Amino acid sequence: MSVQLTRSSQPHRKRPAGKVWLFAVPGMTLFAAFWLLPMLRLVGVGASGPTGAMAYLAVLTNRHYLWSLLSTLLLSGVVTVATLAISSLVGLFLQRNRFPGKSLLLAMLTFPLAFPGVVVGFMVIMLAGRQGLIGTLTDKLFGESLVFAYSLAGLFVGYLYFSIPRVILTVMAAAEKLDPALEEAARSLGAHPLRVFFDVVVPALMPALISSGAICFATSVGAFGTAFTLATNIDVLPMAIYNEFTSYANFAMAAALSIVLGLITWIALALARSLSGSSVPATA
Amino acid sequence: MKHSLRFYLQLTFTLLVCAFLIVPVVLSVLAGVTENFFVGLSSGFTLRWVAQVWDTYQMTIWRSIAIALACLVVTLLVGVPLAYMLARHQGGNSRLARVFEELLMMPVAVPGLATALALIMAYGQYRAFRGSLLFILVGHVLFTLPFMVRPVLAVMQSSQLAVLEEAAASLGAGARQRFFGVVIPNAASGILAGALMVVTLSIGEFNITWMLHTPLTMTLPVGLADAYASMRLEVGSAYTLIFLLMIVPLLVAMQWATQTSRTRVRL
Repeated sequence: MSVQLTRSSQPHRKRPAGKVWLFAVPGMTLFAAFWLLPMLRLVGVGASGPTGAMAYLAVLTNRHYLWSLLSTLLLSGVVTVATLAISSLVGLFLQRNRFPGKSLLLAMLTFPLAFPGVVVGFMVIMLAGRQGLIGTLTDKLFGESLVFAYSLAGLFVGYLYFSIPRVILTVMAAAEKLDPALEEAARSLGAHPLRVFFDVVVPALMPALISSGAICFATSVGAFGTAFTLATNIDVLPMAIYNEFTSYANFAMAAALSIVLGLITWIALALARSLSGSSVPATA
Repeated sequence: MKHSLRFYLQLTFTLLVCAFLIVPVVLSVLAGVTENFFVGLSSGFTLRWVAQVWDTYQMTIWRSIAIALACLVVTLLVGVPLAYMLARHQGGNSRLARVFEELLMMPVAVPGLATALALIMAYGQYRAFRGSLLFILVGHVLFTLPFMVRPVLAVMQSSQLAVLEEAAASLGAGARQRFFGVVIPNAASGILAGALMVVTLSIGEFNITWMLHTPLTMTLPVGLADAYASMRLEVGSAYTLIFLLMIVPLLVAMQWATQTSRTRVRL
């Protein structure tokens, strides 16, 4: 009874944030048990193959894996550059102009944000597959149907498809904060519109572009669903891992490769975060 | 309003990009209700394919909804207190909290394939667990947890939570009373945003689920991949149509939630 009294009469002694770490216990326990420990185990499995820890270097020394890695990185790099170029133009345009139907247009441009990779793959098939739109059109126009969905070109289209909406949103958010006075100053000093764009607008957007570019790159490197839907023989690293695991039951190599893949995407995202606050990648 | 030539050039470009994103969706929806897509729309509209999907893949839909709701419950129970700790530990300047935050993002930063392989290697030998929906739920919780924690944490950091709690404590409120009476109501907009995100992501999750599923624990996106690979185009399209019908309300709700929370902040 007396304890109760002293407590309520001296409420300041007990700091509100006293045992606040207890609140993190359930979440971090779950995380440690189902992610951290399994991941450490995976690192161990990666080194348990016939070549031991050398498996981690196989991605560089084995010609097949090196080729998968290079085509993954190259494809993701090209996708990133193309996405940044397209999305900057669209994002800047939408941020700076008012016209009827703009919000509907924006809603349509960001609709594919919630599509999983498999659905994105199917959208590519709808466009460039055997019964796709491009095939039908080219067949009618030139008598020969153009089908490229089930190859690296199809994957490129798919990665563009899921990257563009995300980067448009980032560019719009960044462009909102631009100071129009700077551009006006440049223009009043007689700068050509293109010159204003490359000397004033692009440098101001640079942090946002680099960070969303890194997110786009990491997402493309790790994407699995799209490639899986298009063709299981497309030679990118996630498919190589999948085939190692399911077709050849080579668990050690699958583990080693996925650790390497994870490191690459993690580094790209860490770069993104060091340049701006956010680094939530896509889910494809 | 009169516009320059440059405006129309840019508008055309934007419309082209929009067409690139939306035309395949429209085609897919149409294919899902067309008798024979190869022949064209002239073959007539039908709900036959939708019915076929409903017969074949109905269970995957219910399963996905069940997993998404279970995932929501777990991320709420675990994620909201976690966000509270991250916001308040050592007055919000805790290095431990930053490390936790960083760690929680890892299952999103690292490809789902790696997370799934790690889970299989560590827990695959427990057959009952491996074959149950619980195994998939674990993967989904890992992946969606940061999407619950981040918006809740953001709201907690921006509101005057410390001051409000101090006031409640000085009036004699205990820890539990403060958490449920002050913290939760003030973080409500973040919790709502996180909840919508978690459900949407869980329903669409494929990369982890594909590796973790068994034929008896197929979810909607896994079923989609299955239909794309083995069924005719119309069936895959009808299935996609059902998926779109499921996520559109969630997306609209998300839009609405961000707009209302924005106007509240402005006020």
